[in-house]
Amino acid sequence: MLKSKTFLKKTRAGGVVKIVREHYLRDDIGCGAPACAACDGAHAGPALESQPRDQASSLCPWPHYLLPDTNVLLHQIISAWKPGTWASVASRLRPPGSLETYIEQEQGENANDRNDRAIRVAAKWYNEHLKKMSAENQLQVILITNDKKNKEKAVEEGIPAFTCEEYVKSLTANPELIDRLACLSEETNEIESGKIIFSEHLPLSKLQQGIKSGSYLQGTFRASRENYLEATVWIHGDKEEEKEILIQGLKHLNRAIHEDIVAVELLPKSQWVAPSSVVLHDEGENEDDVERDEERQLALKTAVSEKMLRPTGRVVGIIKRNWRPYCGMLSKSGIKESRRHLFTPADKRIPRIRIETRQASTLEGRRIIVAVDGWPRNSRYPNGHFVKNLGDVGEKETETEVLLLEHDVPHQPFSQAVLSFLPKMPWSITENDMKNREDLRHLCVCSVDPPGCTDIDDALHCRELSNGNLEVGVHIADVSHFIRPGNALDQESARRGTTVYLCEKRIDMVPELLSSNLCSLRSNVDRLAFSCIWEMNHNAEILKTRFTKSVINSKASLTYAEAQMRIDSAAMNDDITTSLRGLNKLAKILKKGRIEKGALTLSSPEVRFHMDSETHDPIDLQTKELRETNSMVEEFMLLANISVAKKIHEEFSEHALLRKHPAPPPSNYEILVKAAKSKNLEIKTDTAKSLADSLDQAECPDFPYLNTLLRILATRCMMQAVYFCSGMDNDFHHYGLASPIYTHFTSPIRRYADIIVHRLLAVAIGADSTYPELTDKHKLSDICKNLNFRHKMAQYAQRASVAFHTQLFFKSKGIVSEEAYILFVRKNAIVVLIPKYGLEGTVFFEEKDKPKPQLTYDDEIPSLRIEGTVFHVFDKVKVKITLDSSNLQHQKIRMALVEPQIPGINIPPEVSDMDLNGSGRKKRKLDK
Amino acid sequence: MAGLELLSDQGYRIDGRRAGELRKIQARMGVFAQADGSAYIEQGNTKALAVVYGPHEIRGSRSRALPDRALVNCQYSSATFSTGERKRRPHGDRKSCEMGLQLRQTFEAAILTQLHPRSQIDIYVQVLQADGGTYAACVNAATLAVMDAGIPMRDFVCACSAGFVDGTALSDLSHVEEAAGGPQLALALLPASGQIALLEMDSRLHEDHLEQVLEAAAQAARDVHTLLDRVVRQHVQEASILLGD
Repeated sequence: MLKSKTFLKKTRAGGVVKIVREHYLRDDIGCGAPACAACDGAHAGPALESQPRDQASSLCPWPHYLLPDTNVLLHQIISAWKPGTWASVASRLRPPGSLETYIEQEQGENANDRNDRAIRVAAKWYNEHLKKMSAENQLQVILITNDKKNKEKAVEEGIPAFTCEEYVKSLTANPELIDRLACLSEETNEIESGKIIFSEHLPLSKLQQGIKSGSYLQGTFRASRENYLEATVWIHGDKEEEKEILIQGLKHLNRAIHEDIVAVELLPKSQWVAPSSVVLHDEGENEDDVERDEERQLALKTAVSEKMLRPTGRVVGIIKRNWRPYCGMLSKSGIKESRRHLFTPADKRIPRIRIETRQASTLEGRRIIVAVDGWPRNSRYPNGHFVKNLGDVGEKETETEVLLLEHDVPHQPFSQAVLSFLPKMPWSITENDMKNREDLRHLCVCSVDPPGCTDIDDALHCRELSNGNLEVGVHIADVSHFIRPGNALDQESARRGTTVYLCEKRIDMVPELLSSNLCSLRSNVDRLAFSCIWEMNHNAEILKTRFTKSVINSKASLTYAEAQMRIDSAAMNDDITTSLRGLNKLAKILKKGRIEKGALTLSSPEVRFHMDSETHDPIDLQTKELRETNSMVEEFMLLANISVAKKIHEEFSEHALLRKHPAPPPSNYEILVKAAKSKNLEIKTDTAKSLADSLDQAECPDFPYLNTLLRILATRCMMQAVYFCSGMDNDFHHYGLASPIYTHFTSPIRRYADIIVHRLLAVAIGADSTYPELTDKHKLSDICKNLNFRHKMAQYAQRASVAFHTQLFFKSKGIVSEEAYILFVRKNAIVVLIPKYGLEGTVFFEEKDKPKPQLTYDDEIPSLRIEGTVFHVFDKVKVKITLDSSNLQHQKIRMALVEPQIPGINIPPEVSDMDLNGSGRKKRKLDK
Repeated sequence: MAGLELLSDQGYRIDGRRAGELRKIQARMGVFAQADGSAYIEQGNTKALAVVYGPHEIRGSRSRALPDRALVNCQYSSATFSTGERKRRPHGDRKSCEMGLQLRQTFEAAILTQLHPRSQIDIYVQVLQADGGTYAACVNAATLAVMDAGIPMRDFVCACSAGFVDGTALSDLSHVEEAAGGPQLALALLPASGQIALLEMDSRLHEDHLEQVLEAAAQAARDVHTLLDRVVRQHVQEASILLGD
């Protein structure tokens, strides 16, 4: 069954290397049609449909299979909303090489022509093969190709062939498909003005040469949010001084789109410019207004001092496109009956995209997804095609969907394959489960969580031992018992990485059956747990640490408030309460010890929305309250995490999954130190300990909120904490917690990192068996990379969700004036924080149609003088909050200064409120 | 995985084989008249030549003679033109020495050395073209050569390599697959008894997978055995016809 054929290849890699490879042509590859008797069972795996559904094509009314050529497939595959990588798709397309369809490259025939011929031979073979199969229901294979020559030749050889466009147009059943066709054919460009706007992209080989010789630089293209004619390129490499290159002007941007990997050429120093501080949005309706763009470009070049000039360059070529489908809205073309429209993405860094659709009127005012197909040299905008309709703008579901998509949060319901790995209900603990497991059901365990929490992953207990010491246990849901390594459930949760909490919704990492039932440590049911048990003396010194898999039966699930009440009320003296009191006492000692070591107590304004139970609209905002019990639970979680981190690192020095928090570089603290100085306070930042101390001492008797503000600022100075694999790094320190080693162990229901840590610990104590991927540090570090990315994205999505709900809240509330504190001072604006809502916003002092006020900015003290009034950091001001819905796609909270009053900047509060309100309403009406 | 896709989704390898399939094997015995035994084998593009002299008196220093069994002396060399890049010296480098040692261990386990005390058996192997699995090809060629020389053995020694990619064990690795850098296992088996004459593995492989890879290599070695057995029988038949029986 093996036939062999040998080809000789010569490649040049330094010297001449002769490569001889053999290729076995197979005679056992089936055609894939299930009804085919000739190759019965020869081909397992994905098969063709037995009776191709009637596609109702006017070109070929009989049943048929399609055989698209490689290029068609590559270009159209994105229509199916699949953010896959091209390389992997392309490599899959390698045909396995069947004996009958194999052809050799002929003399003088290039590789492309050979491939085309191969496809034709395959189509021919298929047609003849299927003819053999059954005479009565004639199945046919139709070749789909966009290559004219290929098509002609195919028709000559008697193979039915069409171009992609012809075929899709002939599908009478679903006419909307044509919109989703990627427009690539050259004909579509003819309508555009023949004028070439952009210079040509250099081919990859030239780029690589240029990068090697140093004449070009390779980097990631980052478009500016504020100015569509400006972008920066982050150079990959270690040269510190040239990290960022400025690109200005449409021609220099040369069709690069945000996140592309590009090659840039540095311009001579005489052409260097400074980043403009002007906000510019692309508003051109017409495609031919390139001249106007040039004018705008000139406007960018304001007079600047030598010092501000930055390395400037131009994009000469694209190394790798990083296009993905974009969310946004359609801006309907002004011309009636026109099928070409511009699409405005939600992300301002993405240029507008031209799409062709017949359903413009239905798509107007809706959020849609569009994929980019290409950007020809003579077009002002890239070409794209419509992919999916998400729903109406402003609808809560649509907006949530958009923010999930934009932050790349996997949020589809769990697939059947994933769900099939869930335990069967009704579930109970069996003998088998009890192996390697300790029965701790007799212990008085309870859980303390925020109200309304359904995924309880931790519970605690504390009891006095006969020798007078205390036994403290932290019990964590044993998720790794249910999620076995390598199965679909495991892969899916690894992909999701974390549960994402939005204001009104939770995107689970594991299916609900596990997260809210089997793994949730609810009261009065037997649950499997992973316990970390310490023996401590009354000074909270750990005498013994022990880890075990266990079964627990929680006696109570309390909220923070309930637990606090039990501790405080003298009347309660039951087991749970004494246990809580013991825990609380130890937690206080632990916290003191931790702070003495230099752990930071930072602050960030956190808010919670009170939701209307029916409409799910936010009714009220509330900043999170902190009780003693919050910090009690936190202390023991930290302790458990640290203990586990030590244990797994001891056992697996090369592949423990840990979490570190690098110390920020001193320059990060500049803002904080300067701000404190303006209030005559000194903040020391040389070590975490001194920072913590100086933050504690930074009190101002007549300004109690100052300390919180300082802590908020300090939080902004910090670096991001990250997961890493211990074998790949040697700095383990967690700066914020002042711990030499740290990991995440306590929330396996909502974080995948914890599941891996559970598995490592289970192996370390001999409670579970290991598996290959667990001890592969490269795989582990890949997992870490994904987890860090997902965590970051989840955080952004959470913030975006809060922002959206804040908008909804203020929409219902109308215009309000609130007290605020200045957090930062900028050149033309101040950033303020409203403690009542935990809301941060920017007050601009320059507006488009108004005369510019006199602004003097002092970088040293951070202060801004406006027409005689000076603003310092931490000054108290009063601002008016309104919802600005002039831009449908980007509704935002707008803040305006009310107090102190500066003539020409703000308007007296009462009268203006009415005024603005009125005019605002009118305007909205007009808009409609 | 970056780089080459060694195993496609459809289960085909780069050269079109499935995971458990061997390359095409062709072998001939008795290729040289002056040697006591000789054989030539092709496993895909890997080509090896083996000659055997002996058993004969100890050559060189007599002190090497073993009182209770024969001395097996193995030498491995690979032709300068055998690999893509030309080599300087055909033998004497570290790799050749190691290979010689491995061959010696393999054949000491298979040849009934106690039948020829104080004598020496020389096995010389040369690789003419290397395309992965050189050790296996050498062992298989040498087995045929030893048989051709009429030296009594316990059994055939059949060798094959196996690798591990994406949860699947691949048998009989080609050069491309070897160069990808995954774990690689070489196994020499005495097929009748199932005893292992030599087992060697490069790079790390998780314990859980070992059995699977080992089984793949053993199965491949048994497949090699059927082929070699056929070659030997055919050779004997031809020889007996020539002798006029």
